[in-house]
Amino acid sequence: MDRIIVDQITKTYSTGKGKKLVETPALRGISFSCAEGEIFGLIGPDGAGKTSLFRILTTLILPDGGQATMDGLDIIRDYKEIRKRVGYMPGRFSLYQDLTVEENMNLFASIFHTTVKENYHLVKEIYQQIEPFKHRRAGQLSGGMKQKLALSCALIHQPRMLLLDEPTTGVDAVSRKEFWDMLDRLKAQGLTILVSTPYMDEAARCDKVGLIQDGQLFSMDTPQGICDEFTAPLWAAAGDEMYPLLKDLRRSPDVQTAFAFGDSHHVTLKNPTPEGEKAVREWLAQSGHTGITWKRISPTIEDRFMAFTTEAHV
Amino acid sequence: MSDYAIEARELTKKFGDFTAVDQITFDVSEGEIFGFLGANGAGKTTAMRMLIALSFPTSGSATVAGFDLLRQPEQIKRNIGYMSQRFSLYQDLTVKENIRFYGGIYGLSDLELAARTKELLQRLGLESESGQLVGSLPLGWKQKLAFSVAILHRPRIVFLDEPTGGVDPVTRRAFWEMIYEAAASGITVFVTTHYMDEAEYCDRVSIMVDGRIDALDTPSNLKKSYSAASMDEVFLQLARKATRADG
Repeated sequence: MDRIIVDQITKTYSTGKGKKLVETPALRGISFSCAEGEIFGLIGPDGAGKTSLFRILTTLILPDGGQATMDGLDIIRDYKEIRKRVGYMPGRFSLYQDLTVEENMNLFASIFHTTVKENYHLVKEIYQQIEPFKHRRAGQLSGGMKQKLALSCALIHQPRMLLLDEPTTGVDAVSRKEFWDMLDRLKAQGLTILVSTPYMDEAARCDKVGLIQDGQLFSMDTPQGICDEFTAPLWAAAGDEMYPLLKDLRRSPDVQTAFAFGDSHHVTLKNPTPEGEKAVREWLAQSGHTGITWKRISPTIEDRFMAFTTEAHV
Repeated sequence: MSDYAIEARELTKKFGDFTAVDQITFDVSEGEIFGFLGANGAGKTTAMRMLIALSFPTSGSATVAGFDLLRQPEQIKRNIGYMSQRFSLYQDLTVKENIRFYGGIYGLSDLELAARTKELLQRLGLESESGQLVGSLPLGWKQKLAFSVAILHRPRIVFLDEPTGGVDPVTRRAFWEMIYEAAASGITVFVTTHYMDEAEYCDRVSIMVDGRIDALDTPSNLKKSYSAASMDEVFLQLARKATRADG
């Protein structure tokens, strides 16, 4: 049986009273499942509903509708048992800033009736990197070190499921890669990991990915499967003057969409044929662009995400 | 006035015996989009805090917006815009109140303020939301509003500290179009980011490692000199050389 099963979970927040009552739906019926030793990535921007879902699955808030089980246990009925089996790293750093690194570790271990010594092997690899600073107050650690401490605290009671809410937001590219290497090793030990991120490139490191926006999973598959959902032929265009190039691509009558993607612009055509390509390239030459490169490319998860969100909002 | 928006000369900041920023020297031209990159703990935030005159350097010198960092810090503050990493508007004030608050701080007259408020709301398409609390706006709109407010007083330079963290990919791109527009109007943009695709959108990029600037060039020249296919690879090659512990 899958270790995390989420079935049609809904959640709406209400503010104000009477006529001023405002209802904000955060989750509009989310369903997915996650097996043992699997990394499930929840990819979406701030405000998509990721944190609400994490709080429901860690039994911190109740859903309005739907069901979910964690390790076969019901999130409402069996909340006490679930808390023993879940490691949770919230999006906002939530350890005690005025306790030292070591004191935070000891506190979390003792809450779960264990000791750092007993479970040292679980956190060794991560904790060793911050151990030289164990007498430093948590509030005085850098972002990367806080992240390692939070992960160590989330692992100290030997959880079977690890829930990480945007662990890499604001973290640099090198530390992000190291963090994901760490997750791979934890996964190899059989841990089930549910992780959310706004970075599309991290999706490729998950076994399964759910794309979430406005409280709905609009796509769920393997990373490759998600890319394959983008069926329109895609081209990458670059030139000497990138921003004017983007504007002229959008003005072209033959271009469907044009988005900046780092060193090139990703382009789809209204008429994706050699004639269509020729028309756009001529248009660019007429507009005075130089140094143009134009090539067919495979879509990324970010292409898929943007195609969905722009369709939904146009 | 010089042609440079920023001229930094051996700018250094020490905390006790720890050198957070180690003799950085660089120039940023007028109207340039300058990407200021580096790993966590490399010294970016400390360097930026010195440039916006919030932190006094241990040694070295700089001019920012034509003013001397050591002798004219208050003039610098009046002539720059700053958008902090954490969202910088007041959530419990309305859109219009936030604009009035920041306009007042920067000493705009009532007349200027009225005209610029109208223009800003029109440009962002926020006219009908002007009476709403900022806390109730979607993140993407907040970020665009924060940027517009940061340049409300038409500063010569705007400093943006990770302006697109956590923002969805469509809004992230819309934000960069606002940066391009600002640069085209002559405002120099000094920006930090962890998204390496965004490094490509900068005219020039510097990469900090262990408190020093280890590389500074256009994205295409950096890729050439490090034989890298992307800025991500350039960044990884440089940042992996870091010897000091993150923190």
